[in-house]
Amino acid sequence: MTQLPPPSAKKLGLVIDLDTCVGCHACVISCKGWNTENYGAPLSDQDPYGADPSGTFLNRVHSFEVQPEAAPAQLIHFPKSCLHCEDAPCVTVCPTGASYKRAEDGIVLVNESDCIGCGLCAWACPYGARELDADAGVMKKCTLCVDRIYNENLPEEDREPACVRTCPAGARHFGDLGDDNSDVSKLVAERGGFDLMPELGTKPVNKYLPPRPKDVTTPCAPLETVAQDGKGFAAWLDRALSALPGGAS
Amino acid sequence: MHPAPSVIIFTTFSGLGFGLLFWLGLGVITPTGISAFIWFAIAYVFAVGGLLASTFHLGHPERALKAFSQWKTSWLSREGIASVVTLIVLAIYGAGLVFASTPFVVLGWIGALGAIATVFTTSMIYTQLKTVPRWHQPTTPLLFLLLSLGGGALLAGQVTLCVVLLIAAAAVQLFAWYTGDKRFAQSGTDMQTATGLGDIGTVRAFEPPHTGTNYLMREFIYVVGRKHARKLQAIALLLGFIIPIILLLIPFSHIFAALAVLSHIAGVLTLRWLFFAQAEHVVGLYYGKR
Repeated sequence: MTQLPPPSAKKLGLVIDLDTCVGCHACVISCKGWNTENYGAPLSDQDPYGADPSGTFLNRVHSFEVQPEAAPAQLIHFPKSCLHCEDAPCVTVCPTGASYKRAEDGIVLVNESDCIGCGLCAWACPYGARELDADAGVMKKCTLCVDRIYNENLPEEDREPACVRTCPAGARHFGDLGDDNSDVSKLVAERGGFDLMPELGTKPVNKYLPPRPKDVTTPCAPLETVAQDGKGFAAWLDRALSALPGGAS
Repeated sequence: MHPAPSVIIFTTFSGLGFGLLFWLGLGVITPTGISAFIWFAIAYVFAVGGLLASTFHLGHPERALKAFSQWKTSWLSREGIASVVTLIVLAIYGAGLVFASTPFVVLGWIGALGAIATVFTTSMIYTQLKTVPRWHQPTTPLLFLLLSLGGGALLAGQVTLCVVLLIAAAAVQLFAWYTGDKRFAQSGTDMQTATGLGDIGTVRAFEPPHTGTNYLMREFIYVVGRKHARKLQAIALLLGFIIPIILLLIPFSHIFAALAVLSHIAGVLTLRWLFFAQAEHVVGLYYGKR
């Protein structure tokens, strides 16, 4: 059913640290790898080796430049995937019931065998978290690696989303944001985690941690001139060579 | 938003078809026999043809029946149900006129109400989207309804009704274009709220996630569409409203009436194209484009 369940006590989600992310895109690749080989239709690519490649991804890393008023610009890498919203607009618009939010842990999923590929859920999502797969004709989205996190066939350290498991910088954290005492909740409280587009009322479960303030830097001294005009023989050679046709400008 | 031909054709023709069905059901005209058959055939070709066109953009049209299940929350599901119920009810009403020359009045009224409900549910599919501020306002359903009823009256040959409704539709359309241009800025969603980085400084998109394009950019970012928006708006007003009204007000002839219908359809197709092409989805902010 596309009616949203009552808010669950358990709210599984991600906390993404914008201070730590180095923009390596490893999470993008591990996500695509795991999710193309496991649950649901593969994440197809169109013209992958040609002139105009495109494909389905459940996680994409944007990069933004932020220009403070009186300090050097900062480059901030910004991974974005489904935020598993509490009030998920993508769920209620679905005409078939394919799109749903799990009552037990709040994960938003698509039942691919019920999806008619109308695309309305992607229209309703402000974050661009849903992509219609051009090959399978069904809507794909982050499953929070539901086939890893509860998978007892995997070693315990692998029972977290592929993006979190692979992040070399430790910029991604997975846990229960409904539990105030969980590590992720403490991290959010400590670092001032925030919601994306809070004004749209989607109540995202995933949180973003802001970049830490930069150290105060004094403006750089003017650069010293390193290359100086030559003296003696070198100066004569320079002048002589410059005078020749095709010489230095 | 990408102006998909299937959706433009669907909203234009099903709007006209259900508009005509509304006037037929209300009994504004009550043809009988073969003449009733022709009237209902025109209305059904428009309404059903439009609905069929809408299935062309589906990834899995063979599963379309599942779309009748989620009427509790989904406007798209409600539209499916409203359209099918209306078409069935008015088919019985039409059969009464064609075969028995008898209007089942109450059935006609129920069908007329259903036709209005269908157009309203169609408009709400767009109006409900907070992610597209230009659509998320009361003018969207009002405009869909006025265009449907006005176009329906035009097809039904109801000159006075048509002229009044088309003037009203044109006025609402002008107002919707005027307010629509400011809707994105008024929505309060911008680069700062999208990224949460506004406290540090001015945010600008530096690098997109991939070198190529993707589904989101193809579906939601249609910048080229706005290049000639003003000219197309003038063309849509001329074809959709002004020419049909003039053709209706001069002494009646069947050729002028047919030209009025053709001109109106071309005008509505143009403004429906603009409805999509001018609409900006908030996800474009992440790409530094709208």
